[in-house]
This record gives sequence, structure tokens and C-alpha cells, in this order.
Amino acid sequence: MATLGMLDSANLNGGQKLAVKYFTVAIVLFGAQVLFGLLSGLQYLYPDFLYGVLDFSVNRMVHINALVVWLLYGFLGSVYWLLEEESQHEVVGLKLGNLIYWVLTAAVTVVVLVYLFVQIGPGKESSIWLINEGREYIEAPRWADIGIVVSVLVVFYNVAATFSKGRYTGIAGVLVLDMLALFGIYLAGMFYTTNISIDQYWWWWVIHLWVEATWEVMVACIMAYGLMKVLGVSRKIVETWLYIEVALMFGSGILGLGHHYFWIGTPEYWFSIGGFFSALEPIPLVAMVVHAVFDAGARHAKNNNHPAMAWLIAHAFGNFFGAGVWGFMHTLPQINLYTHGTQWSASHGHLAFFGAYATIIIAMFYLGIQRWRGGTWMSGDLPGNGWKWKWALGLLNLGMVGMTVSMLVSGYVQSQIERAIEGSTWMGYFAAQIHPWFVQGMWWREVFGVMFLVGFVLLVWDLLTIGKGESRAMQPAASEN
Amino acid sequence: MATSQWWASESFWRKTAIWVTGGSFVALILLTMDTLPQISSGSKRVPAYSVINYRISYKFDETRHVQVPVIGEKEPLFGKELNEEEAEALVKLGKLTTQSKNCMNCHTLLGNGAYYAPDLTKSWLDQYWGTKEVREVQMLEFIKDPSDKVHNSMGRRMPKLAITDEEARGVVAFLKWMSSIDTNGFPYNFKSIEQEN
Repeated sequence: MATLGMLDSANLNGGQKLAVKYFTVAIVLFGAQVLFGLLSGLQYLYPDFLYGVLDFSVNRMVHINALVVWLLYGFLGSVYWLLEEESQHEVVGLKLGNLIYWVLTAAVTVVVLVYLFVQIGPGKESSIWLINEGREYIEAPRWADIGIVVSVLVVFYNVAATFSKGRYTGIAGVLVLDMLALFGIYLAGMFYTTNISIDQYWWWWVIHLWVEATWEVMVACIMAYGLMKVLGVSRKIVETWLYIEVALMFGSGILGLGHHYFWIGTPEYWFSIGGFFSALEPIPLVAMVVHAVFDAGARHAKNNNHPAMAWLIAHAFGNFFGAGVWGFMHTLPQINLYTHGTQWSASHGHLAFFGAYATIIIAMFYLGIQRWRGGTWMSGDLPGNGWKWKWALGLLNLGMVGMTVSMLVSGYVQSQIERAIEGSTWMGYFAAQIHPWFVQGMWWREVFGVMFLVGFVLLVWDLLTIGKGESRAMQPAASEN
Repeated sequence: MATSQWWASESFWRKTAIWVTGGSFVALILLTMDTLPQISSGSKRVPAYSVINYRISYKFDETRHVQVPVIGEKEPLFGKELNEEEAEALVKLGKLTTQSKNCMNCHTLLGNGAYYAPDLTKSWLDQYWGTKEVREVQMLEFIKDPSDKVHNSMGRRMPKLAITDEEARGVVAFLKWMSSIDTNGFPYNFKSIEQEN
């Protein structure tokens, strides 16, 4: 029986009990990401801060690794969250799933501790196996890579087998194939080669085919589920849209990989392939905005979870602006020659990861907490007019947009002074880094970073308290499917 | 909301999604098969590791309208000529060192990495090292202990990363080899150590 207004695991099905564990770790790592981001940002302003203790390289590595892992935890949690409802079947290997959750979490903890306290090793393969692989985003040492592969295989088995035994929906079909691709691609980053061109060729398979292809399809699945839950959109509509989005995302994103092959030694034909297909990448993101906004409008935004709905809309726009517009701005080789490897990339990376991924996982957090408290009321007329979630939404989004624009200003200065004028030498690099406009950008980034942190604290506070003691049951969605 | 239009039907879009995804993936595989041989070491675009035995310059190519690496006369690194195996071993030590010291989370290599420190793609050719005569010694000293060397006016310093003499030689070899890769003119407008300002 549902116990309204209280955190009670009896309110959750088996998969959802596991999902909230993943969500909990995701939030902790989200916090770590924000903290280490602020530390690295501060080192731009005060280079001696933590010098020799936690150098920029360490802080930045933890910052981006916490990002990747918390989003993955968010995805795994979301998949477990929707699995039983979608398949109408119990998770087939829940015990194994739980065990793997603990193994994975223990491994992540060890990796982070080694990052922080061992940091670097000698120039041997053993360092890559045990300490740090030294390749951006996938720094996790090889032993952890293997652990990650084993863990995700178990999750994959759970998902595929549960759907096979239960109801195999359209969302299920896309999700299973997408997870297979997502996890399979990880293998492309698990070998050492001295040839840095070959190294980066495969490294981009992992990074790009994750964030600009398989992750996008993953969130499209979550969006489809979210719109059905929150707005009561019919399955036929969300699944048709899902197929359209898959066609557009994979159709542009797979060969869009070519926009990373302009300058790493690869042949010139990648200019045309990468430029053309990556320029198409915003199209599915426009489709997503249309889809989400139209469905919300068609139901007069009448929904059963206002915070989740707001974050779904934030996702639609954030994905479009962060991944779509900010990516498109420097995707053609004619501009990328000057912007590649400058603060432009950092600006784009921040808004894209937040807009496309953080937002929708936060929406799932709200769906999670609503059910965990027995399906409480989360529409209008919340205590305090729901000020906590509204301020968290505002501060997080404003903080992120502020950081993005600040880094873009610095990026303009860097691409102009370092690249275009000074000719990309070290002295050119330094000339740009000390330019007052560049430095101002770095200051504003830190200020907006603090705003983001305040938003994060509010978000956690809200998630811990929203629906507590609430006696009203949730508003039914417009129509069930 | 029922519709019978083919372009709005679920099955049409499901089939489209499958064909588009499959087609794109096959195209990517074919392109990969074409690209990999072109970037294997010893190819025209990515020279063999023994290129560290030669002078490397970065010259403007009138046809392509970008700068390209030019491999010149013999100029062995540290004055000692290495055969292909020895050269590969040294570059490998350097590459492993750049990974295990986490260089990529401050620097960019081929433009990829972090933006806290300069790009290393053509660092072998950078004017920062003064003249070609002192370059090798300067680089070794710098890599082994950069912490007490003021290298810019912003106060950012590279930390001392417990790099041994042999590892430092490996890193220099790796950087020299990397500077010989044809990166389609990236970084643009680069002024190399041989160039008059």
C-alpha cells in the first residue's frame, strides 16, 4: 500500500528500489563535479591555490569524470526506474543487479581515491592499468574499464531479458539496441597505442558516439517515458516521435563524428563529411523541442509533476541550445581551425552536458521522489508555492548560462589573439590568457559557478523535502496509456 | 488523432530509423577502413617514429594553403641516431609518460584536452625554446622540473611530476614525432622556431 507523504520503499517496485540507489550516488557525484569545477575555475584566477596538492589537472579530471559517471548513474537509474512499468514484468535478475550496483560503486570510490591521493604514476603501462589512463573523459584505469564493462553487461542483460519476458514496447526496442551500442562503443577506448592519431581516432568513437549519438537516443527514450508519465501523452505519439528522433540523431550523429577528425592527422575528406553531417546534428534537437512543447501545450501544460515537467522543458531547450546551437557555431572546419581546443569548447561542453543530460536526469529525480513518497501531489499550490524547486531551477539554469557565456567571451579572445593573430605559439597562448577580457570571462565563470552551487544545494534540499507530509495524492495524468 | 498518412505512421519511421542507423554505421566502418591505413605510423600523414632522426620544419604549402610538416636532412635527437625499433621504444616511453602524468588535463594534444596550458601539437617547433641549439636541453630541463621556472606572467606553473631523465627524453621524442604529423594546417598561422618574426 502506498504511504502518502513518507519515504517508503514499499512505494517502489523492484527496479525502482534499485533506481533510487543509482540516483543517490548520481546526486553525490553531481555535487563532487560542481565542487571540483569550482576549484579548477579558481585556479585560473589564483594559480597558486592548491598548487602541488591538488593541481589543476587533478581537479579537472575529477570534475569531468564525476560528470561522466553521475550521468551514467542517472541513465542506469532511469532505465531501472522505467523497466518494470514498461515491460510489465519484474526485473529478472534484481539480486545480481543490486550486487553489481555495489561493485560498481565500490570501484568508482577506489578510482576517485586513487585520482586524489596517487594522482600520477611512472611512464609505464602499469600506471595505465592501475592509476590513470591519461585520456580525457575516459581516464579510469584499465582495471576499472573491465569492471565497468562487466557491470554494464549485467545491466544490459537485466534490461534485455526483462523486456523479452514481459512487454516489448517501442521504447524497449530502442532502449535495448541503444544500450548495446552505448556499452559496445566503450570497448573502442580500451587499448593503448603509441600512435596518437590512431589513439584519438578511437578515443573519439567513445566520446562522440556516446554524447552525440547513443546518449542522445538514451535521453530520447527517457523523454518519451517522461512525457507519457507527466503529461499523459499517448504511447503512439511518443513512440513515433522516438523513431523520428532516432533516425535524425543517428543519421546526423554517426557520421557527424567526422567533425573531430579535422586536425588529428586524418585525411582531408573528413572536412566535408564531418562538416556536413555535424551541421545537421541540431535538427533532431529542434524536433525534440517541438515535440515537448507541442505536447505540453496541447494539454495546456496540465501535468502531475511540475518540477519534472519544468526540467523536461529545460532539457528540450538546453539540448537544443547547448548541444545544437553552441555546437553548430564552431562545427565547420573553417571556424573550427581557430576555435578547436580553446575556451569555445569549454563553453559548448558546459551548456551541452547540462542542457542535454543533467536536466533530464533531474526530471527523473523528481519523478523518483514523487513515487518514493507514495505518489504525492506535485502540481501547483505546493507549500511555499514550491519556491525551492523554482529557485533551484532558476539558479542552476542561470548559473549555467552565465558560465557558458563567460567562457564564450574568453573563447572569442583566445581564438582571436592566440590563434588568428599570434599564430598559436606558447607566447600567443599566454598573450591571450592574460588579456583583461579573457580574465574577466574567467572571473564571471567563477561567479556564475557559485550561483550554480547555490542552485545545486537548493535542489538537494528540495528533493529531500518536497512532498514530505503531503496528504494529497498526485493529480492524474490527462489520459492513461 | 488517428491518421492514415504514411509519413506520420509509426512503422514508416521505425523502418527509416533502422535503415538510416544501419546505413550510417556501415558508412562509418568503410571510412574507418580507409582512414586507418592513412594514419598508421610510417604513412605519409603520420611518419614513422624514426622521423626523430631528421629535422622537422613547418612550411606553408602553396597548393593546400596551409602549413605542413616538412622532413628535412638528418638531425638526430640528442645527437644519436636510432633505428626504427629504438625510436619507437623511446616515443612509446614518452607517450606512456604523457598519459601517466595526465598531461591532457592541462594541455591539449592535437587540440584535444584541457585549456589550462598551451597546446603541445607543434611544441617541438615552438619559439619558446629559444634556438634550435639549446632546444633539447631546455626541453629536458623544463619537463623534469618546471615548478621553479617562471614561464609566463600569469603565475601559472607546471608542477614537478617526478619525471625521470629517461622519461623526459621519451617525452621530447614523442613531441618531436608528433610535430611531424600532418594536421591539415592546425594550429593555424603557427610561427616556428626557424622563422624570423
